[in-house]
Amino acid sequence: MSYIIDRRENAKKKSTVNRQRFLRRYKQHIKRAVEDAIHDRSITDVDQGGQVTIPKRDISEPIFHHGEGGIRHKIFPGNKEFVEGDEFRRPEGGGGGGSGQGKASNQGEGEDEFTFNISQDEFLDFMFEDLELPWMVRKQLKDATSFETRRAGFTSSGSPEKLHIVRSLRAAHARRIALTDKETRQQIRALRKELWALEEATPSPERNEKITALREQIKKMEKGSSKLPFLDDFDLRYTNLVRVPIPSSKAVMFCVMDVSGSMTQSIKDMAKRFFILLYLFLNRNYKQIEVVFVRHHTHAKEVDEQEFFYSRETGGTIVSSALALTADIIDARYPPQDWNIYIAQASDGDNWDGDSATCSKILTERVLPKTQYYAYVEITNGPHQNLWHEYEQVREAFHERFAMQQITDANEIYPVFRRLFEKRTEGAHESA
Amino acid sequence: MSPRKKKREPISTGSDWTFPLIEAYDREIARVAAEYGLDTYPNQIEVITSEQMMDAYSSVGMPLNYNHWSFGKQFVETEQNYSRGRMGLAYEIVINSNPCIAYLMEENTITMQALVIAHACYGHNSFFKGNYLFRTWTDASAIIDYLLFAKNYIRECEEKHGVEEVEKLLDSCHTLMNYGVNRYKRPRPLTAAEERERQRSREEYIQRHLNDLWNTTIPKKSDDDAGQEPHFPPDPEENILYFIEKNAPLLEPWQREVIRIVRKVAQYFYPQKQTQVMNEGWACFWHYTLLHKLYEEGLVTDGFMMEFLHSHSSVVYQPPFDSPYFSGINPYTLGYNMMQDIRRICENPEPEDREWFPDIAGSDWLETLDHAMRNYKDESFILQFLSPRLMRELKLFSIMDDSSRPTLKVDAIHNETGYRKLRESLSAQYNLGNREPNIQVYNVNVRGDRALTLRHYMHNGQPLGESTNEVLKHLHRLWGFDVYLESVTPDGEVTNRFACPPKEVVEVA
Repeated sequence: MSYIIDRRENAKKKSTVNRQRFLRRYKQHIKRAVEDAIHDRSITDVDQGGQVTIPKRDISEPIFHHGEGGIRHKIFPGNKEFVEGDEFRRPEGGGGGGSGQGKASNQGEGEDEFTFNISQDEFLDFMFEDLELPWMVRKQLKDATSFETRRAGFTSSGSPEKLHIVRSLRAAHARRIALTDKETRQQIRALRKELWALEEATPSPERNEKITALREQIKKMEKGSSKLPFLDDFDLRYTNLVRVPIPSSKAVMFCVMDVSGSMTQSIKDMAKRFFILLYLFLNRNYKQIEVVFVRHHTHAKEVDEQEFFYSRETGGTIVSSALALTADIIDARYPPQDWNIYIAQASDGDNWDGDSATCSKILTERVLPKTQYYAYVEITNGPHQNLWHEYEQVREAFHERFAMQQITDANEIYPVFRRLFEKRTEGAHESA
Repeated sequence: MSPRKKKREPISTGSDWTFPLIEAYDREIARVAAEYGLDTYPNQIEVITSEQMMDAYSSVGMPLNYNHWSFGKQFVETEQNYSRGRMGLAYEIVINSNPCIAYLMEENTITMQALVIAHACYGHNSFFKGNYLFRTWTDASAIIDYLLFAKNYIRECEEKHGVEEVEKLLDSCHTLMNYGVNRYKRPRPLTAAEERERQRSREEYIQRHLNDLWNTTIPKKSDDDAGQEPHFPPDPEENILYFIEKNAPLLEPWQREVIRIVRKVAQYFYPQKQTQVMNEGWACFWHYTLLHKLYEEGLVTDGFMMEFLHSHSSVVYQPPFDSPYFSGINPYTLGYNMMQDIRRICENPEPEDREWFPDIAGSDWLETLDHAMRNYKDESFILQFLSPRLMRELKLFSIMDDSSRPTLKVDAIHNETGYRKLRESLSAQYNLGNREPNIQVYNVNVRGDRALTLRHYMHNGQPLGESTNEVLKHLHRLWGFDVYLESVTPDGEVTNRFACPPKEVVEVA
């Protein structure tokens, strides 16, 4: 007797726990592989899954086994020319033309590397592990502008289409039971029994009289209770729906970049990598992200992504123009109570001399009070320029939401990014 | 769909499978199997996806198991190899349980499903039920319950003592898993209900018993040093995990229970390791025989047979030793050919067979095969039944590899002088005792520092491999005190010593 069972719908991924434990155990290896991947990959596929290679010996599970040496006999199939007593040199690497039980040591020696794939999610998890969104706060409920309708029990008032029939009838039934008292009901029942008994008995005038009396009495009593309506306004129940404000989980990310003559394509490339990291990072934390690209030389312009990274347009450098434009855009389109605002600025540090003071003024007065986080990266290997020094003062004033780092080489982008977004121990900063 | 025997219409003609078709094939195969007298557990045939097959693969083929990273590693490896197309998944997994659970993969054609049913549900299944090793060492009706118990117990331990603590312990147990089996003594059959009931009382008992051992032996220290040091254990103990479970001084009761679980699982798989050739040979022989019978009856089509034979012959193909595909002797080939050969010897014996196998030549082949299946393991099966003719067909030859000589020597080939030697060597190759180093608990310094000494009884002068020190670290974790391991030649000479924590290593030889 056989039972045939279709298990295809059963839980899949039974091995997930074991897989997770394996990944956890070799976290260091995987992290290293992830970081290498970020250095080597082109920007467009940085967020795909990745291949991780671990030296076999690191993950071996040791067992007692025989080492080389001693005398052993091995049987092989497929003899062609050997006869008993033949001798020949030991073949290189392992005994006899593909050693018979090579598989016995698939842990231990053997192949030297263990390679496997991790998924995109796992890749990103490892990439962003230990990072925290700077001061990510769910926007205050009172400022929330979007609502969600949720069921919230039942009410006794409402519009007809929300009438809940089962609940209403149940209430009516309960009311009817509650408003007639038990005794009356029992009396009526007793009288009825009496009446039936009499009707069975032999007819006599006395009996008829009694029957009439009983009927009268029952009718009277029933009248009292049948006055109760079957369904009363009081019984009606309506499904209750409430509107619940949803905290904002939207973010806008401003990419601000200098495209003046001093910015070479390789510097722009580095800047791009940095922006992409930030985008991926935000993507994991917010449902909805908008990206605004602001490029500037002597004056600033909001552009699309393609133009932002690839169009060739150069000139002098006035950073404040970009900051002013950013502030304008925030005021016009992204009210801070609805949006978590992030700004990433990349530049080679060059600025027109008199402009840096204006920059810090716009930042402290118009931009920083509204943003969650402002990250500035200076991509240069020369000495710091005046913008950097100006920004250092800004950092003093807004140290919890303003961060700056210098990048000199493409390898540094990821470490710098990590440093900017490192987990901090203090709680989230409440921005009203 | 019921096949009308008079008309002999094939059960199916297409390649797609459906549940009614699987049922129809199963019914017919069961009928034929019963005609041949195969005695099986009831079957539970489960259709699963390839993803589920990978899951099953990586928990050592069991439908459930406790969690451990090493299963994750296996899963990752399987997944990787499969996605690269480097390996096909096995067509089937079959579990020695009652009812006997067999997995069919969704992707297979109906021919493959029928092949798997014949192979697993009637071949392996009857082997599990009949072979003496399985009958002695495993309890098919209890294993699923026991694994469930084990999984829950280990999960509880993880909750109480932390995942990492449990993982460390399991790591250590796994390294010694091969030494957690009784090779000769029969263990008590395990049942999950009993396990649960007795688990607590056992914890208390062991703990008390243990204290007795250490209490009574330690204080006597100064008294009679003159007499010969008593040995503990009095006789060497082959089951190292068992010894630790019962005697390690520092383990908590839950740790002993976990060791016991690993031991029980190891014991359950022990017969499978010893009967691979026979078990696969038996299953291949029967899928071949059963499906041919269906073909003779006209229940399957020519196309079905072509597809079946194609996959059958790739399963039982033996690449020669110098082929790039060679990776040892294929147990399917050896087992299948031996089974067919036994049938041939019974049915059409030649003079040579009458000389070599006077008992079975000309006997009833069904009875002879059944007897062989029930009463042998790989080692004894080969020693008893490998015929000169098969050795010639497979062109077997033996190579002696003596590390003290610069060359390899062919010391036997498939000829009159070589048959017996070949057969003995091949049989020895399947002797687990030769494959795994023979290591036993030799002594505990009960009165002194509680150091544990193991002895490695060397076979043909083969030394221990390079991971020995790693294994000793795990053993040290379990035992809690110093651990020594000595390699001893048959003359009683100690040739090598290992210690954990490492001491001055003394090279004796």
